[in-house]
Amino acid sequence: MTVQVLLPRLLADCTGGRTSMALDVPAPTTVRALLDVLAAEHPVFGRRVRDETGALRRHVNVYVDGEEVRRLSGLDTPVPADAEVMVVQSVAGG
Amino acid sequence: MATTLLAIGTRKGLWLATSEDRRSWSLSSPHFLMTEVPSVGIDTRGGRTRLMVGVRSEHFGPTVVHSDDLGVTWDEPEHGAIRFPADTGAAVERIWQLQPDAADRPGVVWAGCEPISVWRSEDGGDSFTLSRGLWDHPHRMKWGAGYGGAAAHSVVPGPDGTVHVAMSTGGVYRTTDGGGSWRPRNSGISAYFMPGPAPEFGQCVHKIARDAVDPRRLYAQNHHGVYRSDDDGDSWTSIADGLPSDFGFVMLAHPHRSGTIWVVPLVADGERIPPDGELAVHRSDDAGSSWRRLTDGLPAHEYNAVLRDAACVDAGDPVGVYVGTRGGEVYASADEGESFSTVASHLPDVLCVRAAVLP
Repeated sequence: MTVQVLLPRLLADCTGGRTSMALDVPAPTTVRALLDVLAAEHPVFGRRVRDETGALRRHVNVYVDGEEVRRLSGLDTPVPADAEVMVVQSVAGG
Repeated sequence: MATTLLAIGTRKGLWLATSEDRRSWSLSSPHFLMTEVPSVGIDTRGGRTRLMVGVRSEHFGPTVVHSDDLGVTWDEPEHGAIRFPADTGAAVERIWQLQPDAADRPGVVWAGCEPISVWRSEDGGDSFTLSRGLWDHPHRMKWGAGYGGAAAHSVVPGPDGTVHVAMSTGGVYRTTDGGGSWRPRNSGISAYFMPGPAPEFGQCVHKIARDAVDPRRLYAQNHHGVYRSDDDGDSWTSIADGLPSDFGFVMLAHPHRSGTIWVVPLVADGERIPPDGELAVHRSDDAGSSWRRLTDGLPAHEYNAVLRDAACVDAGDPVGVYVGTRGGEVYASADEGESFSTVASHLPDVLCVRAAVLP
């Protein structure tokens, strides 16, 4: 199945300059599995988004079709076919 | 004269300053803008200069980057130089210290991190291994967190392989077996904030430094208390007499001469400003028996603190002394603190400075 992934511009230097991509992944899949695929191809991106325990960094948000995954099942949130998954930094800092 | 490099890590990026005379400085544009830089190491061993920088993004976490061309380009190990092993269940929060080891151990670099951990690299800082002896230490559950976080903020390797570390609300620990085992070394250091007699550990040591000539002599700036040890940390005695305050974060030791040290006192833990609102560096040339107040070139009014790593010395002759404030001012002395000139103003809060005379 294909998933459309949108990535933060701030991390474009970790993804070869790309801020969007269509990923072909086996169904069914989850946010965790999708991030694993991205991290395998772009390890630095993977470390920016999740720490070494695999946890999503506190000020990084992931949305599946507009829903923030922390309000769903976190990294275990299912990702349906043709979904749009957006990784974005939260409003933080000063 | 050779070029001196001064790396200035701030809350919002890294600036590099260079000088031929350590009085007139050329300041770079910011590197890693909007990213905290709490640690820098400059490794000049072997005739090459490697800049190692511990950066931390509020969003995207900490990492170690390095440059072998004075900041023209930066490299980052793809899988991260410092990563907790999976079985620890821990994640690096901040890299507080990047410290090259002695010249005769090229490639060895130490790191101190938050959560409290010490790391050793044998490949010049490309990859680090966790010191299990400290991570699994039975005292760990009783170590607290200083206001800035729970970190091994000082890592001080000695010429014989001994390494001392210091942590806030943990105190000083020493290893003599390369990090396999660590023993608390706090006898004589006060912990006024804890009830009863001073404990074996739990002191809030802010910074330690090692004497250049006598490696068994160490100096400590404590959370109230300034101390010297003449026996490798086994015991400590106060050297605070003659200082306007025994509180502060900085402790610097002369890189060539025994007994010369610098501190930057602050009034008290509840009043973290320079005494009388005047920034002053205090130097002792007799291992803390007496102190001189040095202010030439420093501002008459300063209400910002100097953080523990926001002061350093270079290895020049005479030695250069550098201090940066939380107000973003950076001062350099080319004459061991007798007089200072301004390197940079109006930067973000200065978290660390490191200087080296380039080979």
